[in-house]
Parts: sequence; C-alpha cells; structure tokens
Amino acid sequence: MSMADVAAGKTGTRWRSRAGDRRSTRTLRLRTSVALLALTVLAVLLVPPLVRLDQQAVDLAAKLQAPTWAHPFGTDDVGRDLLLRCVYGLRVSLLVGVAAALTATVVGTAVGAAAGALGGWVDRSVMRVVDALSSVPHLLMGIFIVAMFRPGVWPVVASVALTHWLSTARIVRAEVLSLRARPHIDAAVSGGASRWRVTVRHLLPGVLPQAALAAVLMVPHAMWHESALSFLGLGLPTHTASLGNLVQEARGSLLAGHWWPTLFPGLFIIVPTLAVAGLAGAWRERINPRRRSELML
Amino acid sequence: MTGTARRLPWGAMARLAGRRALFALPVVLVVTFGVFAIAAASPFDPVKAYAGTAALGADQETLDRLRENLGVDQSFVVRWWHWLTSAVTGDLGHSSVLRQPVTQVIGERLVWSALLCAVAFAVAVTLGTLLGVLAARRPGSVLDRAVTSLAYTLEAAPVFWIALLAVWLFALQWDVLPAGGLTDTASERVTPGQVAGHIVLPAGVLAVSQLPWFTLYVRQGVGDALAEDPVRGARARGLRESTVLGKHALRSGLLPVLTLIGSRVPELITGALLVESVFSWPGIAAATVEAATAVDFPLLAALTTLATAAVLAGNLLADLLYGLFDPRVKLSEM
Repeated sequence: MSMADVAAGKTGTRWRSRAGDRRSTRTLRLRTSVALLALTVLAVLLVPPLVRLDQQAVDLAAKLQAPTWAHPFGTDDVGRDLLLRCVYGLRVSLLVGVAAALTATVVGTAVGAAAGALGGWVDRSVMRVVDALSSVPHLLMGIFIVAMFRPGVWPVVASVALTHWLSTARIVRAEVLSLRARPHIDAAVSGGASRWRVTVRHLLPGVLPQAALAAVLMVPHAMWHESALSFLGLGLPTHTASLGNLVQEARGSLLAGHWWPTLFPGLFIIVPTLAVAGLAGAWRERINPRRRSELML
Repeated sequence: MTGTARRLPWGAMARLAGRRALFALPVVLVVTFGVFAIAAASPFDPVKAYAGTAALGADQETLDRLRENLGVDQSFVVRWWHWLTSAVTGDLGHSSVLRQPVTQVIGERLVWSALLCAVAFAVAVTLGTLLGVLAARRPGSVLDRAVTSLAYTLEAAPVFWIALLAVWLFALQWDVLPAGGLTDTASERVTPGQVAGHIVLPAGVLAVSQLPWFTLYVRQGVGDALAEDPVRGARARGLRESTVLGKHALRSGLLPVLTLIGSRVPELITGALLVESVFSWPGIAAATVEAATAVDFPLLAALTTLATAAVLAGNLLADLLYGLFDPRVKLSEM
C-alpha cells in the first residue's frame, strides 16, 4: 500500500465511516426520543378514557405484589395496580408541567419583549430585578410560595411558573435586541409604524421559535419541580396522585423492603425528560450544526 | 504554577469582593422585598397562625391587640423595613414552629448542612473531572458513550428518588450503611466517627446528583481543547500523551468548568434540601420543610435570604477563580 493510498483511501474511509456512525447514532437518538415522547403522550391521553380500570381500586388480597404479568409494575400497599397509578400520575404531573411552562413562557416573553423593545432605563431596571430574583434557588422560592398559598394545584403551578419565567425573559430580551438591529425593523420604523406595531408584528414573531423551544425544555423541569414539592409534602394534595406523591406514598413500603412502588414512578419522570432533551438537542443541531455538542439539560 | 508558589493578589481579590458586595446589597433588598410582597398577597393570616385554635374563641378586641403587637396592622413595606433594620443588628425574629430565635435555629443547623454540601461537592468535582477526562480522551468510544448516557440519565433522575433507592440498596438489602440521621439512635453524643459513618450515604447521593453536570462539562471542555491547534502541535512535536493532556489540554479545557463551579450553588442547595429530608439529616432542610408546613414566616424569610446570600457568594467564588486561573483576565477589570 502506497502512502497515497494511506492518505486518500484508508484514512478517507475511516473518516467517512466515523461520520456515518455519528449520523446514524444521531438519527437513532432522535427516533427513540420521538417514539418515547409519542408513547408518553398517547398513554396519558388514551389510557384514562379507553381503559375501564379504576386506578383507585383497592385489593387488599393482592397488596405489595412484586411485578408479574397481571401487574407489570406490581401493586402498592393497598393492592392498587402501579402501572395504572403511574400513568395517571404522569397525566397529573404532565398537566401541571405544561400549565406551569406555558404560564412561565407567557410571563417571560412579555417581560423580555417589553424590556428589549422599550430599552433604556426600563430595560436596565427590569433586567436588574430579573438578575436579583435569579439568585434565589428555585425550589426554595417555590417552597415559600406554596407555603404562603397552601398546597394545591394552582399554588404549585404558580410556584413553578413564578420561578421559571426569568430564563425565558433573558432569552427573549436578547433575541429582541438582536432583531432590533435588522434592516426590516429599521424599514418598519422609518415607514412610520408605532412602537406597539413594531413589537407585535415584527419583533414577537421573530422571538417565538426561541420562546417555544424554551417552553418545551421547561416542561420536564416543571414536572421535576412539582414532584419535588409533592415529595416534600408541600405539593399536590395526596388524593391527586402525581408522580411525586406516588414516590412519597411509597416510602413506607420501601422501608419494609419493597422496591417497586418507588422505582417505577421515578422512571416515569426520567423517560420523558430524556426524550425531550434528545428532541431539543436534535432540533438545535439542525438549526445550528456547529454547536453540535452543546449540553442539552 | 511551576516550582515557586505564585503569590495571590490579595488586594485585587479584596477589591473585587468589595465591588461584588456592593452589587449584592440591592439584590438582597429586591429578594426580601419580593418575599414580603408575596406574603402580603397571600391569604395567610399571621395572627390566626400565631394564636392557633385559641383564635376561634377570642373576641375581636383581643385579636386586634394581637395584630398590633405582632406589627401586622402595618403595610408590608413598613414590616419589610422593620425586618431589614433588625436583621442588620442580628435579630431575625422568632420561629413560631421551633419556638426558638431564628438565628439560633440557623446556627445549630447550618454547620451540618455545610458539612454535607462540602463533602458532596468535593466528591462530585473530583469524580466528575476524572470521568469527564476519561470520556473526552476517546470521543465516540464505548467508555465515552457509557459515561455520557449514564450522566444524562442521572441528570434526569430526581435526586430524592436516587436517595430512596440508595437507602433500599445500601441500608436495607446489604445493610452496610445507616439509613439516616446523624448518629445511631442508641448513641447519646455526636462523635466524629458516628458522623463519618452516617454522612457516607447522603453525601454520596448528593455527589451523584451533581456529578453528571461536571462530567458532561469537563468532557466537552477537554474534548474541545484536544481538538485545538496547540494540542495538535504538541502531539506533532512528539510529546508524551501525559504531557499533552496535563500541560495543554487540561489547562485550557478545565477553565470553563472551574468558572462555573460557583454557579452550581443553587443546584447544590436544592439537592441538599431533598437529600437531607430523605436521610433525616439535621440540617437546614428539615427546618425549611417544617417552616413551610407550619407557615413559619420569619424562619422562611430568613432561610430564603440565607440561600440567596450563598448563591451570591458562589458567584463571587466563580469570579475569583476565573481571575486567578485565567491569565487573560485581570481581577481589577472584572
């Protein structure tokens, strides 16, 4: 084999095959993420109306059974089927997560767009307040809000939303500032468009993709937040079984040596989180391939 | 760095700390103001909370007198200012649920929380750097993929869930470590040996929850550095792999990680809060949960302010490290 062969042929194929490898792993990851996410959404949407099983059905004769074919996730300390409980719990957690993420995105986009579009001292003072509030750990602020408004669905949504809009506000403001420097904005301003019109018609549509990505990424985060609050006994009321409540309720069984009531609700938090991270990673890779390896969590 | 120890620029560091403290003051003002505003907007009534069931039978006059004594007849801005001025003199109010001054509650518990966080953080930084460097050396290898997927999975896992599974495995199945607390229940005194045995599991879990982030960032930083020209040049000159890695790749690759260490304080506090509550660790977390359940406003307000101060201190630490280790940055210009 000549040197030319080595240089052109061998190393060439090696490089190609590696790149091909990477592409196929990437596609595989994307497909897995989409499949898992689709499965999650389908389970949450279809199981409760279609499956005629009562998640609260108590069967003391079948309590604390390890996973079997009849109960793939086992049963809890009063004999309720854990697979069904987990699906219902995921439904609650996902709804809370989506509601909180939407609220946070609306608030964050409004504040960020206002700061970016108005500029000057409004921008400076608003962003100082955003900086200040970002210095409080989210969970602690969330605990404070829930404590003051007593546990319940809406206080939990509010507590997650009120601690998470800050990052969206920053992203949207930065995007508005970069958009303001573009020619079509200058054209609109010199054409006599009002500040309101420029903001609503030209700036907001430009920031929506970024805000939407932030909202999607926030959903798993909000779910995590809700489950942490519920786990501490400060989240949703126990009769609204969320994934966090399930883990909390399982503590007694765990100390008696039964691992399954704890394991499965946790997996139900991990899987959607990984799926969303994989999806967002693929999306970001497509719009900006050079920042391929950027962390996505 | 080589041979003679470099002298630390104490003056510049102190000046930077001073400037940051000036910036921290408005932050604390805004945060505490927000805390008082939220409390004022909530349906929570301090008088009823203070009096408890006795408020049900009490007449309006007694309640009004109580309201006046507690100072809650004034607007929240006045109460906020009053709280701030007494906080400066070291009086943070009285915790109604623990029946102690707030400063005493914090003083007794802070040391245990700080110990737990410090041990966990040290383990997470060491192990995370090690795993990250190992993964970065051969991108796409089996080891790299294993480390990366494990890191992503652990990052997605709720820390309290990891903690519970760890209790099940290590304390119940294998019975090698205690399931919680600071000492054995039979033990009367707190001895270093007891604490050392009891801290392994909570600190380990907290470290595992912080680990993925460090691993992924180190992997990225070192991986990028390994692809840069100076490293390629060093390889081309035939330098040993250990020299290339140690003197070229690690120095530039670990820098971004070093500067971000301080910004991990919020996650560390959040993780510690949940880990402490699983392991009944007698730290700040137990007090926070108790305070939240009983709506103990003075304690909650103090703890929120304390956490904010810790986050700001973390940011300062990040800036200091950045200025010390990156020769391109001058402390006086930050």
